[in-house]
Amino acid sequence: MKRIITALVHNRSGVLNRLTGLLQRRQFNIESISVGRTETEGISKMTFVVEIADEQKLEQLTKQLHKQIDVLKVSDITDKAIVSRELALIKVVSSAQLRNEMNGIIEPFRASIIDVSKESLSIQVTGKPEKIEALVDLLRPYGIKEIARTGLTAFLRGQQPAVTELTSYSLLK
Amino acid sequence: MKLEVKPAYEVTKSKTGADLLVQALKEENVDTVFGYPGGAVLPIYDAIYRAKDAFEHILTRHEQGAIHAAEGYARVSGKPGVVMATSGPGATNLVTGIADAMMDSLPLVIFTGQVARTVIGTDAFQEADVMGITTPITKQNYQVQSVSDLPRIVKEAFHIAGTGRPGPVVVDIPKDISANQCKDHYDTAFYLPGYQPTTKPNPLQIKKLADALSQAKKPVILSGAGVMHGKASSSLKRFAEKHSIPVTTTLLGLGSFPGNSPLSLGMAGMHGTYSANMALYECDLLINIGARFDDRLTGNLQHFAPQATVAHIDIDPAEIGKNVSTQIPIVANADDALKDLHNQATQSPDHGAWLDSLNNNNKNYPLWYNNPEQEMCPQWLIKTVHKVTNGEAIVTTDVGQHQMWAAQYYTFNEPNRWVTSGGLGTMGFGFPAAIGAQLADPKRAVVAVVGDGGFQMTMQELSVLQEKNLPVKVIIVNNEALGMVRQWQEAFYEKRYSESLLHVQPDFVKLVESYQIRAFKITYQDELVRILPEVFAYDGPVVLDCRVLQEENVYPMIAPGKGLHEMIGVKP
Repeated sequence: MKRIITALVHNRSGVLNRLTGLLQRRQFNIESISVGRTETEGISKMTFVVEIADEQKLEQLTKQLHKQIDVLKVSDITDKAIVSRELALIKVVSSAQLRNEMNGIIEPFRASIIDVSKESLSIQVTGKPEKIEALVDLLRPYGIKEIARTGLTAFLRGQQPAVTELTSYSLLK
Repeated sequence: MKLEVKPAYEVTKSKTGADLLVQALKEENVDTVFGYPGGAVLPIYDAIYRAKDAFEHILTRHEQGAIHAAEGYARVSGKPGVVMATSGPGATNLVTGIADAMMDSLPLVIFTGQVARTVIGTDAFQEADVMGITTPITKQNYQVQSVSDLPRIVKEAFHIAGTGRPGPVVVDIPKDISANQCKDHYDTAFYLPGYQPTTKPNPLQIKKLADALSQAKKPVILSGAGVMHGKASSSLKRFAEKHSIPVTTTLLGLGSFPGNSPLSLGMAGMHGTYSANMALYECDLLINIGARFDDRLTGNLQHFAPQATVAHIDIDPAEIGKNVSTQIPIVANADDALKDLHNQATQSPDHGAWLDSLNNNNKNYPLWYNNPEQEMCPQWLIKTVHKVTNGEAIVTTDVGQHQMWAAQYYTFNEPNRWVTSGGLGTMGFGFPAAIGAQLADPKRAVVAVVGDGGFQMTMQELSVLQEKNLPVKVIIVNNEALGMVRQWQEAFYEKRYSESLLHVQPDFVKLVESYQIRAFKITYQDELVRILPEVFAYDGPVVLDCRVLQEENVYPMIAPGKGLHEMIGVKP
């Protein structure tokens, strides 16, 4: 199962290395990782997307992450009401004649063209990974020259559904 | 002849980062530092020189010796062991010991020199990425980026190393940081919101365990090194005796519960006793205190305590449920948990029948060996050392057959007398660890039980014995082989003894004597019986090259992949 795990960490050199090294050593494959600063100075947030075989391994992962001294909080937010987004930049082969057709494809995705050259177009799209996949699939026949994706970043919605049977693995609970 | 060194010039330098470090170490009450100088730590060593009696510095002959000595010191004293080494090769020579301390939860604070900040990352002379190399094998590591951070980092390092689940902390100090001048005082206040170990147990979980205990007919306690780290030995004894619960220990937990107690089942695991392993196999309630369910202990997990409710008391939440699924998790310091439990648990049903069956196992299937008339059997050797030292010595070992025999035949009744490399299984550990142990407890007899293989990995530290005249007694259990490797090759590789026989060896007696240390080669039982009392009465180091029966193997044993109940080599 794919899990979305967030970690609040001290913004200290070597922290990313410590956490990714920990995951590698324990044979977790990180599908994506995104890191950035938070509203608090000195604190960064990491969002991991990890493929995990079972609950026992998931518990190990969150516990091991939380054990690290520079980690303040670890949450598995997969089963919560969350907002999650990824940004992708896609460079597609495209001649002038195709521009309108392109526009027709990307418009429903609320993507935008951010760069135009003689032979190519660069498109920016944000959304859930599946949406990005869908757009990439549609663009593929035109010839994709390059894709850059940021990896998923996410947090909890302002309001959580009142009743939930789903477990959280935060150790601070 | 000794070279008297006098400073060639008056030292008029004002305070440097290195002085600040020495001062910080003094404030941590550091009395012993194990280390080896080099280019990148020259300012620090100069500050040590100028501070004269700030602490004792033990110059080992290899950085690996320094760090294993610090581990022995930490194990016996309970205080963090302090290590200092230079950049590059100095730091990389520490790696084995850092990993060893990490696996066995030993508190160490390790200072490594680093090239100056201006050249970090340029592959400068003696530069190594200490942060990168030590990240996976430390509890925490630091590279000091500003001299004003140094006092705080030292404070944090000692705090992190010695609290919660202890472990090694590396502080990497660039040369310009230690060399540059600095102010007198800096703030040492620190705030670590991400590191707040839980020490008090959750009352509900304690109650759950007390309830389980009041139901249990076949309870057993598994006591690990966490009991010693939590200084919980006396609480454990009181609790076990109150409820007559039998206790088995892990390899590293030896001494956490008195081995001579009628409730003691001895060590469990691959080379544990039959009664301990059968107790783990048959129990209906397993109370694990401060052990991490290592695979050498559990054997095949499918057959580990199959009918038991498992309770696990550990200060590290990540250990609970890691290997064995746990019904009653208790995150706490062992002593706090045991005290609360003692107050909660009132009565447990009579388990006389359970104790009887374990006692019968003990009686009918004891540890055994065939003792010849004259030649020395290694098991007999350990038993004899036990007798002569009254069972009160501190024993350190390497890893292998001699380690298992020492674990089996030297009964430990007190905590912190057994210093061995458990998790990492490090050859070369035992002899330098004995040096650290002796420095931590100068009055107690310290015996290093080492193999002929392991001793040759770190025997250059004989110089330290000579220089400091430490009364460590080294017993080389010499079977001219890498015994455990040979045993496995015999059992699982059809006696193809690939590179495991050490017929070419130095003359250990001559070698040791060249360090002006007394040494004897012992071949027969009566020689040993005659000389041992003298050896232990002598107030100085002695090395005994004990030629033991070469074909002796460690039994009983759980073969790899087998369950606790499938021991081989149990006396019929």
